[in-house]
Amino acid sequence: MRGRGRFVGDIHMPGLREVAFLRSPAAHAKISSKAKSPDHAVDTFFSEDLIGVSPIVTRSSIPGYKVSQYPILATDRVRFVGEPVAMCVAKSRAIAEDLIEQVEIGYDDLPVIASCAGGRRENAELLHPEWGDNLFLETFFDSGVDEVIAKAPISVELEMTCARQTMHPMEGKGVLAWWDDRADQLVVHTSTQVPHMIRAGLAECLGIAQAQIRVAPPDVGGGFGYKCLLQPEEVAVAWLAATFKKPFRWTEDRREHLVAGANARQHEYHVKAYADAQGRLLALDAEVSVDTGAYSVWPFTACLEAAQAGGNLPGPYHLPAYRCRTYSVATNKPPFAPYRGVARPGVCFAMEQVIDAIAQKVGREAWEVRRDNLVPASAMPYTNITNKHYDSGDYPEALVAAKDMIGLEAFRAGAKRDDRGRYLGIGFASFTEQSAHGTKVFASWGLPLVPGFDQAHVKLTPDGALEVAAGIHTIGQGLETTLAQIAHEQTGVPLKHIRVTLGDTATTPFSTGAYASRGIVMSGGAVSRAAEVVAGRIKSIAAHLLQVEPAAVGFAEGRIFAANASVTYEDVGRAWYLRPDQLPETVNTAGLEATEGYKPEVDTGVFSYATHAVRLAVDPETGLVEILDYAIVEDCGRMVNPMIVEGQTYGGAAQGIGTALFEESPYDDNAQPLASTLLDYILPGPTELPTFRIDHRETLSPYSAHGIKGVGEGGAIAPPAAIVNAINDALSPLNATIRQVPASPQRIREAIRRARPSQATESRRDVAR
Amino acid sequence: MKSSAFELKHARTLGEATELLAGADGNAKVLAGGQSLVPMLNLRLARPKLLVDIKRASGFRELAADDKVFSIGAGWTHAEIEDGVLEDPTRGLLRSVAHGIAYRAVRNRGTMGGSLAHADPAADWVSTLAALGAVIVAQGGEEQPKRYAAESFVDGAFSTKLGESEVIAAIEVPRLSADASWAYQKICRKTGEFANAIGVAVLDQKAGIKRVLAGATSGSPALLPETAARLAEAGPGAACEIAAEEIRRVLPNLDIDTQELHAVAVRRALATLGGRQGR
Ligand SMILES: Cc1cc2nc3c(=O)[nH]c(=O)nc-3n(C[C@H](O)[C@H](O)[C@H](O)COP(=O)(O)OP(=O)(O)OC[C@H]3O[C@@H](n4cnc5c(N)ncnc54)[C@H](O)[C@@H]3O)c2cc1C
Repeated sequence: MRGRGRFVGDIHMPGLREVAFLRSPAAHAKISSKAKSPDHAVDTFFSEDLIGVSPIVTRSSIPGYKVSQYPILATDRVRFVGEPVAMCVAKSRAIAEDLIEQVEIGYDDLPVIASCAGGRRENAELLHPEWGDNLFLETFFDSGVDEVIAKAPISVELEMTCARQTMHPMEGKGVLAWWDDRADQLVVHTSTQVPHMIRAGLAECLGIAQAQIRVAPPDVGGGFGYKCLLQPEEVAVAWLAATFKKPFRWTEDRREHLVAGANARQHEYHVKAYADAQGRLLALDAEVSVDTGAYSVWPFTACLEAAQAGGNLPGPYHLPAYRCRTYSVATNKPPFAPYRGVARPGVCFAMEQVIDAIAQKVGREAWEVRRDNLVPASAMPYTNITNKHYDSGDYPEALVAAKDMIGLEAFRAGAKRDDRGRYLGIGFASFTEQSAHGTKVFASWGLPLVPGFDQAHVKLTPDGALEVAAGIHTIGQGLETTLAQIAHEQTGVPLKHIRVTLGDTATTPFSTGAYASRGIVMSGGAVSRAAEVVAGRIKSIAAHLLQVEPAAVGFAEGRIFAANASVTYEDVGRAWYLRPDQLPETVNTAGLEATEGYKPEVDTGVFSYATHAVRLAVDPETGLVEILDYAIVEDCGRMVNPMIVEGQTYGGAAQGIGTALFEESPYDDNAQPLASTLLDYILPGPTELPTFRIDHRETLSPYSAHGIKGVGEGGAIAPPAAIVNAINDALSPLNATIRQVPASPQRIREAIRRARPSQATESRRDVAR
Repeated sequence: MKSSAFELKHARTLGEATELLAGADGNAKVLAGGQSLVPMLNLRLARPKLLVDIKRASGFRELAADDKVFSIGAGWTHAEIEDGVLEDPTRGLLRSVAHGIAYRAVRNRGTMGGSLAHADPAADWVSTLAALGAVIVAQGGEEQPKRYAAESFVDGAFSTKLGESEVIAAIEVPRLSADASWAYQKICRKTGEFANAIGVAVLDQKAGIKRVLAGATSGSPALLPETAARLAEAGPGAACEIAAEEIRRVLPNLDIDTQELHAVAVRRALATLGGRQGR
């Protein structure tokens, strides 16, 4: 870290004006009046001032999906606390906030939908009256389960919930827009994962041609999904710049993020699982509700989460029969967004508890039941009941390895409590991480913008360096390094001579961007292809210079060799650009640059997988949990850069621990957010995180270039499941269980208190064990 | 999240600080370490017209001692106390508590006086100084400083007995004898968080100090005189037995879960005390 990063907040520009938003204090209300301060009317904007601006509308091709109109600034109604209602501009943010305070808005409160149950209640107030109900979408899948259920030897039934969360990238959202008179272009420096998509979205909302918009993201301090959406503030600031032809900036502050950005993870599961006497899964009958918030985000729709939840619930297991109903319920909360892992942390949390509950029911160790149900290596590639195509891997082996790393056998032989009276437990969670899913998958989710081929451009400079450009953006995941490595692999140009440019719509080819753990597979694949093409042309020019056949030429040690003779990349660059007179007439006229596109041959996604195992201690009096050991065995195919893979896993797992134990955006019955500062919203810090022990497997994907699989999200998926399973293992002598994250101290104390009167059941269970 | 406009004045002396406060009609606030005030300013929960910075004012960092009492200027930081830059008259309690406040970056700036004046019920000094029976010395317009007992100084959440133009000048902490033992138990969700419950026990038979306290309540910290008496008479084990019941009595408005958590904090403090005495 050298402090040379340059984020939206670091940009200086003459005449820059700062923007502040007035946000709704009401969760659901009609706007009865709006009044600007007469002194500052020109610097204050309401929805009606945004002439030519359309709301954010996200259509989906899924039948039955209901479309919301997400206003840039509220028109006649507000639907969540934090919704932008007005904006003010001034020379500093502090003054803009002063102006905001002088705007007067009248609200007539409407009945509030604060939960999924509230939204589905009969005669519930309608968020979008034209819909007729409060469901963005209801889905139903049934492979036929009734017969299996009737005969199943055992069954378990669980209700599980995940709290609403915010994503907390280190840098909040930020956008600076200005008008480039020379280019006659709106230039938008926005903190985004998906610059090319933002250009499309802005063009749609502003009614400007895409060619007249340049999206040029500066450094981005983390995204996690929060920055793969078109935000109303982004549209509003772009409109200001396009209208007044001056620079404007909005930077989200932490309170705005905590309130208006509370948009992730809140799922409710009701699952009945059926198994044989050994605990082998026979059927799953599930109901999943997603507290989807007031509007649909663009472009990922309001049903991506539920679609993923329903589709991924069976997890890495062989499941013969499956029924699942999902509800994407509109509520008076911020619009739901796809956070690292998208639905899968919730899904894994639910499924892995089901496996543990089955194990308990049949009296076996949870890891054994897990192993018996996992799709075995011999079945690969395997298409599961929801038509997920698992490409490769040995899931049971990773589980067994994780079990050995965490030392389960020794643990079971030892004491159940430590010398401080804390209860000890071990928990497991296994999952698959669908990554780099492509065209077909996204099309099946009905998205308005479906990713196809990713493009990359590679060019050798006259002095023998390599320039790589890709439309994906870097958000701290190290793509500058890994893409350069791939380009090096193909061309032999030394890493220090490779420069990677990302994201800017003016200088990079189209990519839908960085999300869905797709960067290294899709952009990596495209860079690989383009670099391969350029490498071929380098070879033929070098061959000419060396007076050999191109096939005799190879790359080594930063030079181009034929037997013992060699030339440099600079020799080749110079020959092509400066001394073409030395080249034969037959030289390839496309030169030393190429743009190539890539998507995997089978683009249903390549599946990374892992098992997380955790050993922890629960203090029964305080409810505090200490993680004592954390082992991860993961497989993401070829590791382009092991350090970056581990970095992704650490970071993801840290966020997963946040989900498991700390992070929560609670709402009261009026859908008022109760955590608006970091005093109330607790993020894990260094002392709450264990030393993650990671072991890797490298089963190459048969479908992707170099056998690479995505790894950006996996770390975040398993911790809630593994940790809650471990807590329940620890608390089993007390007969207490927790089925909710975060497993806060208070919830754990409650669970223990609830279990207290039933001493009788406890002793019965001990006998059963 | 930017503060509304204010004027900033740097007081050179404690006297000048009180004059500036007195002249501001209740629209001024003292700025010490800023660790609680600046967030309040940025959230616009505090909107003073004038900030009186006392960081470099003389009179806030005096140290005075006799054989009974050690007086600590209000401007000393948590970090300085943690590092032992000044003497710890409590034989380690102050240093150990300071170490458990927030994170080092906050401790580098946050002051004992600021913490008391801010009066977050969960703040560590609020409980510690009440448990020690310390005295808070405040200076207003008058010649004579006012003296407030720490145990009743905080009279509710974020509310104290301090007058509008008074500043905290110093805190008088009783000296503990070589016989003394103390224990401090802070239950919080993660390192550096404010407490959910605090238990403090201080026993110094020689100096006549026997005090047990439940802190981080919803208002002022609660002394537990019966548990303390039992501690002095019959030891920590016996005191443990009655602590929960006394907590329920003195903190009747808390829900059962919170009462139980306070009982855990106090019992653990007592148990630690027992362990220390055993050595
Ligand atoms: C992230 C974080 C975590 C924290 N965790 C803890 C914790 O675990 N435990 C804990 O106890 N505290 C914690 N704190 C609070 C911290 O200890 C503060 O330093 C303290 O509360 C205020 O001290 P200050 O000197 O910064 O006061 P300031 O913020 O400058 O002032 C606070 C208030 O006191 C007034 N004031 C300050 N000095 C005087 C004076 N001499 N006379 C009269 N009024 C005065 C101010 O006007 C203001 O109203 C935390 C703070 C942060 C930011």
